[in-house]
Amino acid sequence: MTAIREFFRKYGWSYLFILPSMTTFFVFVFFPVVWSFVISFQKYSIARGGMWMDPFYANYIQAFTMLQGIFVTAIRNTVVYTLFTVTTNIFVGLILASLIQPLSHRLRTFFRAAYYLPAVTSAIIVGMTWAYIFNGQWGFANYLLRLVGLAPLRWLSDPDIALVSVTLSAMLTIPATAVVLYSAAMGGIPTEFYEAAELDGATGIRKWWHITVPLIKSTTLYLVVLYTIASFEVFERIYIMVPSGVGNSTQTIVTQIYNNGFKDFNFGVASAQAFVLFLIIASIAVFQFRFLRSDVEY
Amino acid sequence: MSKRFNTGAALVWFTLIFTAVIALFPMYWLFANAFTPITSIPPLTPILVPAFQLDNFERLLVNNKFYLNWMVNSLFVGLVVTAWHILFDTLSGYAFAKKQFPFRNLLFWMIISTMMIPIHVTFMPLYIINRQLGLIDSLWALILPGTANAFGIFLMRQYIQTLPSELEDAARIDGCSEIGVFRNVIMPLSTPAIAALAIFTFVRSWNDFLWPVIALNKPQNYTLTVGVANMQGEFMTDWGIIFSGAALAALPMIIFFLVFQKYFLEGVRMGALKG
Repeated sequence: MTAIREFFRKYGWSYLFILPSMTTFFVFVFFPVVWSFVISFQKYSIARGGMWMDPFYANYIQAFTMLQGIFVTAIRNTVVYTLFTVTTNIFVGLILASLIQPLSHRLRTFFRAAYYLPAVTSAIIVGMTWAYIFNGQWGFANYLLRLVGLAPLRWLSDPDIALVSVTLSAMLTIPATAVVLYSAAMGGIPTEFYEAAELDGATGIRKWWHITVPLIKSTTLYLVVLYTIASFEVFERIYIMVPSGVGNSTQTIVTQIYNNGFKDFNFGVASAQAFVLFLIIASIAVFQFRFLRSDVEY
Repeated sequence: MSKRFNTGAALVWFTLIFTAVIALFPMYWLFANAFTPITSIPPLTPILVPAFQLDNFERLLVNNKFYLNWMVNSLFVGLVVTAWHILFDTLSGYAFAKKQFPFRNLLFWMIISTMMIPIHVTFMPLYIINRQLGLIDSLWALILPGTANAFGIFLMRQYIQTLPSELEDAARIDGCSEIGVFRNVIMPLSTPAIAALAIFTFVRSWNDFLWPVIALNKPQNYTLTVGVANMQGEFMTDWGIIFSGAALAALPMIIFFLVFQKYFLEGVRMGALKG
């Protein structure tokens, strides 16, 4: 009894301080994750609750086979989108951060802010602005095509190019977080490294490639993981730019989860697909951490 | 030598200005269209210089009787969620940063691990829970799950760790209670981090879309993002209304950013967010 009292005297405040946050995490994250895993093995109806499937993994089979394997197409679309978007974003972020690094503090802040500004608005609004750029009738992209004498394109309504247009819009979005984080990482590199390299006769590009790039590898790793996860979860951009989905050409993993879960209310299949997404993201994160792990310390 | 240098510098400036234009152009064009009277389809020659007239905005507020509701809804959800995170993330961050207690690291890493979980996994159970509680189609369906977000706890713990412990000890010696230490020492010293936390939480809430579009049904209950996304279909023939609706939804965040720019960029650096 006294032991319990002693325990609370010593740790009571700490537990009390984290109690509100812990409660919300248990109720709104941990418990739903576990329940969703359960539902992924059930036939779930809002009215009658869950009933176990036979075989227990039936939803996972259905997830991949229903509607001629549309989920497989969605995964492929998501992978294509992610590969192009992440590669471009990391590359552009690295280049822009490197280019603003030698500028004065004031100019550096100005460019960071210019790149960051669109990122503070909702993905929905950003998606809308790109939908206007790619509008088939009066969009800016077609205006440019007409200007150079080319035929206008149906950017978002032609099933052959709709995914390309959406991906292009993401590639053209300046990766603000990457610029800010790369910029901070570059600012933290001790100048002695460059001075030593200069004594060895290294100049501009060589210094950048042999000193800057390796020393910010941990930032690169972090950004690759961050952008890969965000791209795999792409939804708003697709939802607003291609509301009809033009066939299946712009279905992605999350649009599939949304359609199955909240248009058809097939929670079993939606949960199964959500866990497939979970698995993909977890494997990518583990793989990237191993592959790109930084062994540079300074 | 000097010639090569100039070409290089010109290339650098061209790249920087060109990318800045690409970054800002889509948003600029939206605003240019919103401030130019358009009652049907936009002209084929793009409007690049706005007319600085408010006709579209007037029609938006006259024809769309819920627009102001949406704004108030977004504001309400954002303020409540932000207030929660300011208080309870700072409390948790303080405990995780400064106190020793059993399972501290386990609990902290459990919370941090939720940043990697695709939130979509939770949507089906969240829908069932909110339905059971009768909260579907109410703003509480957004507010309650909005309180479970790891970013702020991580941010506050990182920041509070850097504060010297002597001040807390001194306050305790002066007879401050545990809550007194938190309120009179930790809170005031954490203001910069709290500012970044508040800004990011509010912006995240204001911009949130997928869960709100699932949880809200009736137009008068929409938040701004959901409402604006739906306008796309409803006002098909009057693009002026759509443009002004989207611009007006983006405007508060843009002003917010221009005013608190420093905290935004600090916050990205401190907690590293998506964007």
